[in-house]
Amino acid sequence: MSDRRNPGIDLDTSFFADIRINTPAVERRAATLPVRRSLKKDWQAAWLLNAVRCIDLTTLAGDDTPDRVARLCAKARQPIASDLLAAMGVEGLTTGAVCVYPTMVAAAKTALGNSGIPVASVATGFPAGLMPLDLRLAEIRYAIDQGADEIDIVITRAHVLRADWGALYDELRAMRAACGSARMKAILATGDLKSLENVARASHVAMQAGSDWIKTSTGKEGINATLPVSLVMCRAIRDYCARTGHRVGFKPAGGLRTAKDAISWQVLMREELGRDWLSPDLFRIGASSLLGDIERQISHHVTGRYAAGHRQAIA
Amino acid sequence: MSRVSEIMENMEYGPSIEDSDAVRDWLRGRSPFGHFIGGKFTRSGTTFTTRDPSTGEVLAEVTQGGDQDVAEAVRAARKAQNKWSGLSGTERARYLYAIARHIQKRERFLSVLETLDNGKPIRESRDIDIPLAARHFYHHAGWAELRDSEFPGHAPLGVCGQIIPWNFPLLMLAWKIAPALAAGNTVVLKPAEYTPLTALAFAEICQEVGLPAGVVNIVTGDGATGAALVQAELDKIAFTGSTEVGRAIADSLAGTGRKLTLELGGKSPFVVMDDADLDAAVEGVVDSIWFNQGQVCCAGSRILVAEAVAERFEALLRARMERLRIGQPLDKSTDIGAIVDPVQKDRILSICTEAIGAGAELIGGQQGEGCFIAPGYLRNIAPANPGMQQEIFGPIATLSTFRTADEAVELANNTRYGLAGSVWSESATVATDIAARIKAGVIWINCANMFDASAPFGGYRESGFGREGGRAGMLDYLSEPKVKSARDPAPRQPVLIDGAEGKGHDIDRTMKLYLGGAQKRPDGGAMYKVPGGLAPLGNRKDIRNAVEAAAKSGKWAAMGGHARAQVLYYIAENLSARADDFAKRTNRQETDAAIARAFQYAAWADKFDGTNVQAKPGHLVNVLPEPYGVMAIACPNTQPLAAFMSLVMPAIAMGNNVVVIPAQDDPLVLSDLYQVFDTSDLPGGVVNIVTGVRDELARTAAAHDGVAAMWYVGDRDGLASVERDAGGNLKPVWSPANRDWTKPDAQGAVFLRHAIQWKTIWLPYGALPEGSGGAAY
Repeated sequence: MSDRRNPGIDLDTSFFADIRINTPAVERRAATLPVRRSLKKDWQAAWLLNAVRCIDLTTLAGDDTPDRVARLCAKARQPIASDLLAAMGVEGLTTGAVCVYPTMVAAAKTALGNSGIPVASVATGFPAGLMPLDLRLAEIRYAIDQGADEIDIVITRAHVLRADWGALYDELRAMRAACGSARMKAILATGDLKSLENVARASHVAMQAGSDWIKTSTGKEGINATLPVSLVMCRAIRDYCARTGHRVGFKPAGGLRTAKDAISWQVLMREELGRDWLSPDLFRIGASSLLGDIERQISHHVTGRYAAGHRQAIA
Repeated sequence: MSRVSEIMENMEYGPSIEDSDAVRDWLRGRSPFGHFIGGKFTRSGTTFTTRDPSTGEVLAEVTQGGDQDVAEAVRAARKAQNKWSGLSGTERARYLYAIARHIQKRERFLSVLETLDNGKPIRESRDIDIPLAARHFYHHAGWAELRDSEFPGHAPLGVCGQIIPWNFPLLMLAWKIAPALAAGNTVVLKPAEYTPLTALAFAEICQEVGLPAGVVNIVTGDGATGAALVQAELDKIAFTGSTEVGRAIADSLAGTGRKLTLELGGKSPFVVMDDADLDAAVEGVVDSIWFNQGQVCCAGSRILVAEAVAERFEALLRARMERLRIGQPLDKSTDIGAIVDPVQKDRILSICTEAIGAGAELIGGQQGEGCFIAPGYLRNIAPANPGMQQEIFGPIATLSTFRTADEAVELANNTRYGLAGSVWSESATVATDIAARIKAGVIWINCANMFDASAPFGGYRESGFGREGGRAGMLDYLSEPKVKSARDPAPRQPVLIDGAEGKGHDIDRTMKLYLGGAQKRPDGGAMYKVPGGLAPLGNRKDIRNAVEAAAKSGKWAAMGGHARAQVLYYIAENLSARADDFAKRTNRQETDAAIARAFQYAAWADKFDGTNVQAKPGHLVNVLPEPYGVMAIACPNTQPLAAFMSLVMPAIAMGNNVVVIPAQDDPLVLSDLYQVFDTSDLPGGVVNIVTGVRDELARTAAAHDGVAAMWYVGDRDGLASVERDAGGNLKPVWSPANRDWTKPDAQGAVFLRHAIQWKTIWLPYGALPEGSGGAAY
């Protein structure tokens, strides 16, 4: 596991004070990105397997149980059937992490054993985040106590909507401190922020406060990860890196369901940030159903026959 | 390590080649190609080869059209025209709709064929060229349906000759053929010699949909074929291509009375203000000059960026440029394909070399094997460097800076061209202002190279005249309602008289020139005898002075329609008060007509509106009438007051400043008229009057580069000379028939249409991200 961290910097609003984002232009770029690049055959298979490598295989439902989480973890360890992988000469493929509620961390840790797959836990009153700060920080500490390697926190959207950057920064700093050696992903809930300029501003504050990844959504907002929003966040990552030298990862979540989506987002990463942002260290995909579609595509690639879901192991 | 694991390490894209077998089979089955005349393919004659520029591979043999072929095609078109035009709108619409559908059905085939022949990336032909071509036929199926109700009194022109370039072969074909057919014309189209194949595939589509024989004829060949077409007995030539060739066509059509529209070169400004979304602007550059290998007439090839953000903009631009993929056009991951032909490649490189020699620095732009040139831009470049003046027509932009908005506009307009412009600013206030000030036919605010069949496209200045798309485009394929013409009496040889000699003769008035709102003696000092007195004999320098006075009077257009209307009403009021004087000088009919004209165009001044067209959802696309600026008007040699007012009032109502050459033999009434102007608050310089030998003065005005448009009423020889001289700066010349200028058909919207040029302004809007639901204007 990489030990890349983003130490953050002091709050500096000059990073985004005069930011200008033209929404139609972002949408145009986002619409043409996936059609400007095409992947076929082995390349398509390799890119899909890379997407698997970057998936935070997720279950965040009210009815999660330790056994359900264990099933998810089994899939994380063997995301693609071993015969298919063998046919492609690929070994040791796992998902990037599993992502669960804090109370499920222990079950996940057990299930994942010595696989080396990190466990990510949401925290801080996920998904709304409207709990007293001390409780949110306590939740982080609880998750870490349970063995979480990564913490997916949610920001207080009100701070963004009210442009209270100091409050947002301080809250995130406190969370970052609570995370200790666990790496932090900051969920911006972009579907609530609405404007792309808000998304960019929130991205900058989250990075300045030391987030190791910035993440689009909880999966519970009306609109989750979209390519336009992702493009804006990637550009913020690029600008932050140019000014500070710190590399921050990106995690789109909710909304990536098809193998085609997985390719589109990877093309976005490669074109806007470069090859390094296609590694699980700097790119994660928060998803659950996506993996099934990728496995079907891989199966077709290997066998030349179309796959049926019931012949694949479910998560 | 397995190949898949290896790719998982390098994460390269790998090849993704669009299959071209079907197209190659088709080519093998058809080559050598003949022409498409009278609904049939002719047997091939002397052929030339057309190649895939990315490999040099021969694709097909195509027939070189000669005079005979052209004549046959024109005959076929002529024969088909009456019947075609006589079909109901719905019937013609059905054919256009069928063509649109067939293009859609064969989208992949046509995309691959286009890419093979032209070298453009398959993504572009697939996602842009071919869908837009289909869209063009859909849109014009609608105009075919609506022709009679929307253009009452208009008739098709007849047979149109159309010559198209190689940069967007099928799309340019669609732009030409769709409106021509919708209006009821038949056509003879010559595709470019580098890229004739999609036109030939289109001919097959015409057969498939059962288009009546002769409605569309396609003759392939080189410039010689084009020249033969220009010489043929046609009713209109529509040309898209280089400014040099356009000028030559204008010259050879001078005096023939044939209609001409030209869509020519450009060196369009791409203005990045300090409050722009710079990432968006960088993508705009990609969509401009790094689109179709920069072989785009309207490409934003002159990047002008605010000094305040220049450094950051350039850093982003360079990083983006480095991610562009150059390669096989059929590869779906290719951004930059092949230049159309080695000749063009050499031309691009030689202009770059010249620019570098003049002090510019080239970033990128490396030449590759074969027809490839990497994207690049020239920096450290100023207007005095030829690289910033000439159209490079390759993937090389120029990048220079400006300090303030006014300097941005000045630099943007420092060009002989005026096809398009792109403005980047997040302030609607700033962007719309710059858009209004850039002299170009299409302005893209926060976007670039947007096209739609409903949005008129065409140039100002030496980028040509005429529009393609929308209502304005239809009008260029229709003839205006006929008027009852009258003979214009030939001017008499002027009898010179100097001031001293004049005394003792029966002279009651000595007129002066009217320049910049003041009465001026003629430069040469000479006068000539006219009924009722003496008129100054103006010369070249007087025309020069008049143009200067007109150019200086900048406020008139900016006053707005309402303020101009007030002045025109005031002119009417003052004319009316002195109606008896004017009637004595001329007659009652002319006087009444003069008053009527002032009223008519006062009414129009604030009503000749633009429109908002339905191009694409989320885009506010306004088509606005703009005055030319300085116009010259040569009046008929009759009805000195009525004709003058019938021509001058519409021109100034639209905001133009005019240089007028009045009736040569009888101009004296105008010395009373300019007094009326003076007392009616008409700003000095809006109307300038130079009397003298009409055709001499008109030729000087036609040859003046500061005059943007010309109206000429006179004989055919005079018109031929004026049209030839107008070719210098490619100003449009309109020659309304001489008529009884006191009659109602001497006024109306037709005159206004020739007093303006349409500017299409694209403004994408959207506060909310995708998926938030939309509103559309």
